[in-house]
Amino acid sequence: MAELIHPEEKIEVSTSVNKPITKIALIGNPNSGKSSLFNQLTGLNQKVGNFPGVTVDKKTGICQLNSHQKVRIIDLPGTYSLYPKSLDEKVIIDLLYNQQSDLYPDLVIVTADASNLKRNLLLFTQLVDLKIPAVLALNMMDVATKEGVKINLEQLQQDLGVPIVPVNARNGSGIAALKIVISQQLQAPKRSFFKIPENLEGLVQQIRQYFDLETDYLAWHFAHQYQNLKFLSETDKGFISNLLQQYEFTSNTLQANETITRYTQINELLLDSVRVEKADNNEKFSNRLDQILTHKVWGYLIFFTVLFMMFQAIFAWATYPMDLIDAGVTGVNAFIQERFDGPLISLLTEGVIAGLGGILIFIPQIAILFAFIAILEETGYMARVTFMMDKIMRKFGLNGKSIVPLISGVACAVPAVMAARNIDNWKDRMITIFVTPLMSCSARIPVYTVLIALVVPEKYYLGFLNLQGMVLMGLYLLGFVAAVLSAWVMKIILKTRERSYFIMEFPVYKMPRWKNVGLTIIEKVKAFVFEAGKVIIAISVILWVMASYGPGERMAQVEQTVQQQARQNNWTQEETNIRLSSEKLESSYAGVFGHAIEPVIRPLGFDWKIGIALLTSFAAREVFVGTMSTIYSVGDSENIKTIKEKLMTEKDDAGNPFFTPARAFSLLIFYVFAMQCMSTLAVVYRETKSWRWPVMQLIYMSGLAYVCSFIVYQIFK
Amino acid sequence: MQKREKSVRDLKIGESGTICCLSDPEMSLKLLEMGCIPGTPVKLNSKAPLGDPITIIVNDYTLSLRLDEAATIKLK
Repeated sequence: MAELIHPEEKIEVSTSVNKPITKIALIGNPNSGKSSLFNQLTGLNQKVGNFPGVTVDKKTGICQLNSHQKVRIIDLPGTYSLYPKSLDEKVIIDLLYNQQSDLYPDLVIVTADASNLKRNLLLFTQLVDLKIPAVLALNMMDVATKEGVKINLEQLQQDLGVPIVPVNARNGSGIAALKIVISQQLQAPKRSFFKIPENLEGLVQQIRQYFDLETDYLAWHFAHQYQNLKFLSETDKGFISNLLQQYEFTSNTLQANETITRYTQINELLLDSVRVEKADNNEKFSNRLDQILTHKVWGYLIFFTVLFMMFQAIFAWATYPMDLIDAGVTGVNAFIQERFDGPLISLLTEGVIAGLGGILIFIPQIAILFAFIAILEETGYMARVTFMMDKIMRKFGLNGKSIVPLISGVACAVPAVMAARNIDNWKDRMITIFVTPLMSCSARIPVYTVLIALVVPEKYYLGFLNLQGMVLMGLYLLGFVAAVLSAWVMKIILKTRERSYFIMEFPVYKMPRWKNVGLTIIEKVKAFVFEAGKVIIAISVILWVMASYGPGERMAQVEQTVQQQARQNNWTQEETNIRLSSEKLESSYAGVFGHAIEPVIRPLGFDWKIGIALLTSFAAREVFVGTMSTIYSVGDSENIKTIKEKLMTEKDDAGNPFFTPARAFSLLIFYVFAMQCMSTLAVVYRETKSWRWPVMQLIYMSGLAYVCSFIVYQIFK
Repeated sequence: MQKREKSVRDLKIGESGTICCLSDPEMSLKLLEMGCIPGTPVKLNSKAPLGDPITIIVNDYTLSLRLDEAATIKLK
């Protein structure tokens, strides 16, 4: 059979194993249980990357089918049809229409929600017409049964012409059967659902011959989507474009007709195999819940409470594991320093381990945050939030869907900017991307935590309202307000004719699948530790070098001067050492650097030490705390102290505490607004395909930070 | 086509109708894919706190959309 793809012939060079790994694409509607199925099949064997040439998340995983066979599973973005509407969905056509692609699947697993078969089968029938070997994983049979939907599987399998495996992606039943089915060499489906209109057959045949395509339907999609197919050359596109003109091809009408034809066929087909006996219960339950959760008053109140709980949790619960980690890192450093000495040990403890501690300590907070976000998404509550916020967000030039990137932005702007791909409208999307970095991301938590702990007393109101938690929430709100107002300004500046729409499925409420929540947390924490971690440790080490060595003979001279002063003023050994190390730091490369920018930041209340921290944390905000700890641990005779204590003992020239509320708040405000994240700028560049946006962001946010800090310091000092 | 046809926008909460046609070619592709096929019954299920967007029930599932979009789904 010509359609059949022989995996053995396709990749030989890339794998060293005798048997090449079969590639299986997982595809299905959003909310059809695709991700759960992916997690069931691959477990912890997952990798997150980008699709070639684009930044859409690509999850792949290895699935052990049986003792001697492994397959690679590629998780595709959820979609309703093969005519993509958003950038996310466009990935699918790049993959399925290009047989030369590295990821071109040998088999597709289509997930479908059994309780909503009609709509789920639309995508399925399109895939069948592409003649890629397929398996239908029929998920949520239990829900369907509860709703009184009875499916005759045998009949359905016969009508569809591909193997059907009932699965329960939540508890894992049916997964074994699915593995057995995919381990067999499956044939391409024989049945086809859609016939090319007669007057266009000539067109389709010409395209098919020109590109040497396997099916008419693939050629048909080339005709519809040639402009979106990145692997076609300009000549190829020109060829198709000419043909289309010749045949008066009207893509919109033809697509509409195709969809209607398919639905008609699906309706007829389901008459044989599906019987509905009673009205749905779950939907009713969801509706009743919605009356409260999307209520005019309660709805917003509940949403606000959920957010509030999230921030309280991040601040209050996370302190226990954070204290443990902090004590652990401090202990390790003490252990090493007691036993060994020398510059290398100093580099290890003050550079590497101090930097490592700065990363590890934030794992609890990131984990809690992502647990909340994952649960909100899993339960279906996030969709309600989108729904409630759409009208408000629209006023500011955003879109209900912008709430997802904005909320994700409190975790990290990098995935959040990428999450904006869900927004189909260009203008809404650009505005969302532009303002998302203003949301306070988790990288700011360290800075917030340290500075709040420094100047806000740890008081409790009503037994559970933590004052520090409330200030933290205030900072988050400030970021949000800045984001929304900036969006509103952008709405006025940007002009476009494209329309925005908000047509989406409203999922029923579900219990979260804890496995999915767990995997999300692991994935995000891993990304933080490895991506941000690399930068942080590197910078910690560079900083240690900069703080330990100075230009020319200056370090030696400082030593002489201080010793002389010590003799004159009769200082104790301890006093001399403290004086010596702080003077040394000031004359080091880091000190020179900090002093150089001091005039610029003095009006904000910052000194040269903060100046160093500001510049280094431009690479990533997390670095701030590491830098501060490095700088102060080098400047202090006792190395092993928590950063908070170090900062508290810091004195200004007059001998008063350096970190006054005015200074701390000015610094806090600076960190709320400033664009200090190389990765975000890089992602914005990739997502917008132009330097215009990241450059505008950098200038705008830094300017905002400077002006606001200036105002705060001048008022409070 | 007449000027003032009844559309999903005009339904009250809990009220049903049958889809007759979609008046906006660009938007209709998305709506068709989501199952808003002419001849299908549709029910207005709920409205967002601020009256817009709304949710409708079509093909036994809930779909949310804005009032402007609902106005393009004409009823019989």
